[in-house]
Amino acid sequence: MNDPTRDTTTPPFRLAVVSGGTGDPSTTRMLADRIAAAVTRLAHDRGEAVTTRTIDLRGMAGEISTAVVSQSIGPRLAEAVAILGEADGVIVSAPVYKAAPSGLFSSFFHVLDNDLLIGKPVVLAATAGTARHALVVDDQMRPLFAYLRTLTAPTSVFASSEDWSDGALGRRIERAAIELLLLMQSGFARRLKDEAWNGYQHEYGSAGGTEFDIDLDSDMMRLAAGGGAGGGARA
Amino acid sequence: MQFGIFSVSDITRNPVTGETPSEAERIDAIVRIAEKTEEVGLDVFAIGEHHNPPFFSSSPTTLLANIAARTERIILSTATTLITTNDPVRIAEEYAMLQHLSKGRMDLMLGRGNTGPVYPWFGKDIRKGLALALENYNLLHRLWREDVVDWEGEFRTPLQGFTSTPRPLDDVPPFVWHGSIRTPEIAEQAAFYGNGFFANHIFWPAEHFRRLIDFYRQRFAHYGHGTVKQAVVGLGGQAYIAKRSQDAYKEFRPYFDEAPVYGHGPTLEEFSSTTPLSVGSPQEVIDKTLGFHDTFGDYQRQMFLMDHAGLPLKTVLNQLDLLGEEVIPVVRRELESRRDPESAPAPTHAGLVTAKYGDKPARQPRPNANRGDNVTGASPYQDSEVEADYPSLF
Repeated sequence: MNDPTRDTTTPPFRLAVVSGGTGDPSTTRMLADRIAAAVTRLAHDRGEAVTTRTIDLRGMAGEISTAVVSQSIGPRLAEAVAILGEADGVIVSAPVYKAAPSGLFSSFFHVLDNDLLIGKPVVLAATAGTARHALVVDDQMRPLFAYLRTLTAPTSVFASSEDWSDGALGRRIERAAIELLLLMQSGFARRLKDEAWNGYQHEYGSAGGTEFDIDLDSDMMRLAAGGGAGGGARA
Repeated sequence: MQFGIFSVSDITRNPVTGETPSEAERIDAIVRIAEKTEEVGLDVFAIGEHHNPPFFSSSPTTLLANIAARTERIILSTATTLITTNDPVRIAEEYAMLQHLSKGRMDLMLGRGNTGPVYPWFGKDIRKGLALALENYNLLHRLWREDVVDWEGEFRTPLQGFTSTPRPLDDVPPFVWHGSIRTPEIAEQAAFYGNGFFANHIFWPAEHFRRLIDFYRQRFAHYGHGTVKQAVVGLGGQAYIAKRSQDAYKEFRPYFDEAPVYGHGPTLEEFSSTTPLSVGSPQEVIDKTLGFHDTFGDYQRQMFLMDHAGLPLKTVLNQLDLLGEEVIPVVRRELESRRDPESAPAPTHAGLVTAKYGDKPARQPRPNANRGDNVTGASPYQDSEVEADYPSLF
């Protein structure tokens, strides 16, 4: 199943973990860390390496709210965007307080460029104090990441307070982890970028400040250079 | 190199006194600010265009014509003129009139604005915003260069044998800047016509603007208007100056914290470290402004936003004194010493006249006689080369 383009000299998979947890310790972060650890272990068993970088949204709550109201991107937020832009796979973990992923978690993804995460494998995870929030992951987080055009793992992981004493949580984590690993190994995001990237909408400087290609062969560019319904170019 | 003041024409509550100026007070104040811009030795005054409260500048050419009558030296400009929702025929007429009344002391900056609801107020569709901007300028460009225009496009009724009056002063069209923060098509259009490109580089990392400006320079050269260094670039900025840095922060903070757009967001310290906003002593503002040159190379126009966010007139006038007396002379001297002789000079009417005519006299169009039906016939001017092509019933 291994991507034939990867060999022993291939660099490790870069895994980004986004945690919306606010406590210390935080169960939301713990859940994300358990999934990341499972991905790393499964990769190691297959002779692959994984490096993990964690984005704790708690520490950039001010920058996220600033970005929402004023478009100004602070330095920690800029670094988070860079980590996500380079990631081969992403684990996102949100606390649920009121039948939805937390506002901090959602706001973080709302201020990202629409094309930052296209095609990237993502595992969705959430924690809550009650099992009645269980469908939030599939019912609300999955559409958000569909909009961002991520390659979202089939298994999402939800943990309410009682799940932490149930072995089934561990099995779901394993399942999500192997899904993420296989999706990363497929090289889908990389190949999509190589072969079909122009098929998606990009703004100048989007995708975390990497999208600077300018297509001169478009209707708008021809109009810019004097063309249009009124006839040919006239300078 | 030209230095100037640009205003968005906001009427904002003064957060220190709690008072909001009336429209009448603010309009009087902006005329005083423009006069002061000339008095302190700056080169350009520019006004924005808005069509809703809390702004007053719905009619920029009326304001600028009044300022032209009160000043002798400064260039009057816009920031920006809405090329999307204004009929390019009206822009051609109004700004040509302003050009005559100001004796060439004017130019204009075209932009799409940042107010979405303005489109339907003028019968336009925001989804066509970029196409409107591009097509409207294509027409405007011809209206100022051809006595008689036949034209057909997507966004307005066709023109047959139309002459925009008055013809530009000395038959030299006003200089045009195209303003954009992240739209390569606008940079391309500026380059295609050999016009100026203005980047109001607020918010974005300077690196992004540098790339966009480099693209404009390369395309300017590609279209044969000169070398990449001869492209004409303008930059935005904003400043608050005090003799002592800590006083600048202390005095400006209440206005910044309540400012529209970025108030209640980043701190003043964060915002001034990550954007072109310069707050501090004259030397600090000098250093930061010179830093723009480090990033973008030689450029032709530097504008400063000084009168927004409810700052009272007295403070603004004091700021202009500090800017004009203690900051700009040093920046001007330093940038002149760094300047590559190959770089384009800042655009002026006199420069454009010389470029077009050399030592020869400029064309002064004189209309042909009224045929009796309030048109001049197929050839509107005595020296017109182009004959109009009117539809005929027979």
